[in-house]
Amino acid sequence: MKKTVICLLLSIMALICLEGCKRSEKRDLQIKGSDTMVNAAQKVSEEFMKVNPDIFVAVTGGGSGVGIASLISGTCDIATASREMKPQEIESAKKRGGNPKEIIVAYDGIAVIVNLKNPVEQLTLDDLRRIFTGEAKNWKEFGGRDLPIVLLSREVSSGTHIYFKEEVIREGKKDSTAEFSPDALLLTSSQTIVEEVANNESAIGYFGMGYASDRTKTLKIGKDNTNFYSPDIQHVLNKEYPLSRPLYFYVNGEPAGILKQFIDFTLSPQGQQQFAETGFVPMESEIAK
Amino acid sequence: MRNKFGERVIETAIRFSGFAIIAFVILIFLFLLKDSLSLFRVYSFKRFILEQKWLPISEPPTFGIVPLITGSLLVTVGAIVICVPVGVATALYIAEIAPGYLKTILKSLIEVLASIPSVVLGFIGIIWLGPFVKNTFHLSTGMCGLTSVFLLAFMALPTIISISEDALVGVPRMYKEAAYGLGATHWQTLWRIVLPAASSGIMAAVMLGIGRVIGETMVVMMVTGNAPIMPKSILQPLRTLTATIAGEMGETVSGSDHYYALFAVGLILFIITFVLNFTAEVFLRKGRR
Repeated sequence: MKKTVICLLLSIMALICLEGCKRSEKRDLQIKGSDTMVNAAQKVSEEFMKVNPDIFVAVTGGGSGVGIASLISGTCDIATASREMKPQEIESAKKRGGNPKEIIVAYDGIAVIVNLKNPVEQLTLDDLRRIFTGEAKNWKEFGGRDLPIVLLSREVSSGTHIYFKEEVIREGKKDSTAEFSPDALLLTSSQTIVEEVANNESAIGYFGMGYASDRTKTLKIGKDNTNFYSPDIQHVLNKEYPLSRPLYFYVNGEPAGILKQFIDFTLSPQGQQQFAETGFVPMESEIAK
Repeated sequence: MRNKFGERVIETAIRFSGFAIIAFVILIFLFLLKDSLSLFRVYSFKRFILEQKWLPISEPPTFGIVPLITGSLLVTVGAIVICVPVGVATALYIAEIAPGYLKTILKSLIEVLASIPSVVLGFIGIIWLGPFVKNTFHLSTGMCGLTSVFLLAFMALPTIISISEDALVGVPRMYKEAAYGLGATHWQTLWRIVLPAASSGIMAAVMLGIGRVIGETMVVMMVTGNAPIMPKSILQPLRTLTATIAGEMGETVSGSDHYYALFAVGLILFIITFVLNFTAEVFLRKGRR
């Protein structure tokens, strides 16, 4: 009995000691946030740890909102976000004495996909708006077969959903109150959209271009009826592809120490390479400008 | 001396954990209530309960819980209609008819069934059951209430089978012997004597099954399509209370009205499951007497 108690106490003390040692010299980074960016951030951090084996970087998803909330409450060092921080969030960070700093780390093109059997190849932004608001209900109108259109969207609070709503449904107009058709299915992950589009001939969906694969057909998108572009690195970078957005890192105050080291690595060609490999658009040519 | 001291320590620890659980339930309720009240200060409770639209990120937002409650109820009723007859019949077979060796095998198989992670079932739903439902009922998409009804029924089966089986085994042998003595057949005894005698235990099993179904999140989030419309039939996409919380919490701005609205949804869900479990407990007690 006594022995067990002593053993327990000793091990608890040892744990506390270990914890204390870790605190004294910070050698780990916590990154949290956007589900869109979680793979890319993971890849960057793995590369970073290869170069700096004594530093440990942990990457978790959860959503842009979760990342930003953790940054504000101080439980992570970097929040990844596929949307800008909202005024309300900046305010609540400042109230806690924080000073969030925004860093654009890469770009993401939004790909619009349909089933491989769907004969439609290209759509204009206005076509997309009419499809996703429910104005157009049949593929016949766009040169497809006589099938009802099944709309697939991401969850209402996902950064991708908000981007699509602002740029396509509301055509970038701030005063517009247009909404997604209430019939749109709200799916929880980009992977679910891939599965449903691959199985359903009448479905149309959208997601970050990194998820595009040969199991679905990626449509070419045009601002008007003249030129249509597919979402690839080149067309996103020269802004010809109309649906693209920046991806952000948020940190608290001016980065220093290993945090600065990590961010410098992310923006270096080697770090940017990881974004390119996970299907995002690196900023290299942006830096060059 | 030493033993007595040890006993007292253990006794206190057990008593403490008993009270701690009560405290946790009350604290969770108060926590949900506190954050929900933050919503009801700016958005009336009446509108929350009666409004038929769930548009949380529009300007101004509409938080109407009616479509969500309807969605939850629809899949729950559907699942119960399927799994209660099947579950009770299986329990009857295991308790009264199956030979000894089969009984053991069946019981352990049902335990295995209970341990399948819901995300695996959800995946099966997306890949296989969804397309199957789509083709069988000629729907535009397989992401609908019915797909999740099948999966949820499957998930609630182990709960219903094992609790009903306990209730059936608990029926005193005298009852059966008396029935046989009066010349009743095996079937008559089962149907007229054993089943009614175990009815309160079976009711409790059904209640716990309902609790399991209504609280399930992953499966419904993956296969129902999550469209926040008023579902007119089980063949349409729908959105449940649980999927709303899980799907939106990740990206919402913490401290916003939307954030508090999700807590209010949680509060409603908590009340529903609490009432269900309470009713189940009442039935179980009645059975024991």
